[in-house]
Amino acid sequence: MKRLELWLYIAQRGSALVLAPLVFLHLGVILYAVSGGLSAAEILGRTRSSALWPAIYALFVVAAAVHGAIGLRVVIREWTAWNGRSLDLSALAFALLLLLLGLRAVQVIA
Amino acid sequence: MTGTLKVEIWRGAEVGRFETFEVPTQPSQTVLDLVTYVQRKLDPSLSYRFACRVGVCGSCAMTVNGTPRWTCRTHVNKVAAEGKVRIGPLRNLPVIKDLATDMAPFFDKMQEARGRFIPSDAGAKDVAVVAPDDPTRKEAAAGIECIGCAVCHSACDVVAWRPDYLGPAALNRAWTLVNDVRDGDRKGHLAAVAEDAGCHACHGHGSCAEHCPVGLNPTRSIAGLKRLVLWAALRGDL
Repeated sequence: MKRLELWLYIAQRGSALVLAPLVFLHLGVILYAVSGGLSAAEILGRTRSSALWPAIYALFVVAAAVHGAIGLRVVIREWTAWNGRSLDLSALAFALLLLLLGLRAVQVIA
Repeated sequence: MTGTLKVEIWRGAEVGRFETFEVPTQPSQTVLDLVTYVQRKLDPSLSYRFACRVGVCGSCAMTVNGTPRWTCRTHVNKVAAEGKVRIGPLRNLPVIKDLATDMAPFFDKMQEARGRFIPSDAGAKDVAVVAPDDPTRKEAAAGIECIGCAVCHSACDVVAWRPDYLGPAALNRAWTLVNDVRDGDRKGHLAAVAEDAGCHACHGHGSCAEHCPVGLNPTRSIAGLKRLVLWAALRGDL
């Protein structure tokens, strides 16, 4: 792909824009759930009552998969001798793995 | 400051070793003075490079106690640690011999970054009027005094990790041209720095700005390029 690095840069910054508020939301939800002493069943009851929660967490998973895989590819490329097509495909596989695992979790709370 | 100083100087090419010389100290002595003393009085086979001796030409950059510096304007008493100075060739460039590096890859990157002025009106008879307070003129002015010494190139970790990366000096040069209203190929400059080894590889560590002997801030220039390239790419205008 022409100018792959440029588009990966844009995708990584774009996914960071999505991730930043979602990370804070996620931390807030954890603090709220723990301090309020909600049980797992109560939490699931709430997430399943609205399509908003699964939608937000699905977006979170997509952004994390994109962001994490691109970042990992850069770190490996700069800190090791591994580079080229095999690294690109491995990073893509890592993104798909994150996406799969994450969306499976989202499916449970939906 | 009297007495002698232990000066360790790199001998060889990519493979080599540091050789120690005793050099008499003098007031206001520069690191280049040390090297010159060794070459003139102790070992004429020592190779190094210099020209103006006053911080204009950018020829004499070397690694001094682990830090890239312009040696002609670096006083020994500022850098000597425990009565010792260790002088090596610049990092991130092939070593020809001793302290002389091959600068060709550095200057080739200026070309790769399309770091040359493209006149918008080659037949202009009048001098272009550029207001000093024009915002683009201010941006260009902030980066234009580069002496091409390659200290930033040597200081940059991204250049070390990715030898194809264009590097701070070439990208800074491109930034000054993008901001030059007389230049006729803004798009061409942006397209050159948007390539895979271009401005987006920069991590913004700021080593270039930290070490630039003339106080430029290539990190800032590169950030400017990233911004312009981003919008040009999203508009489909590259």
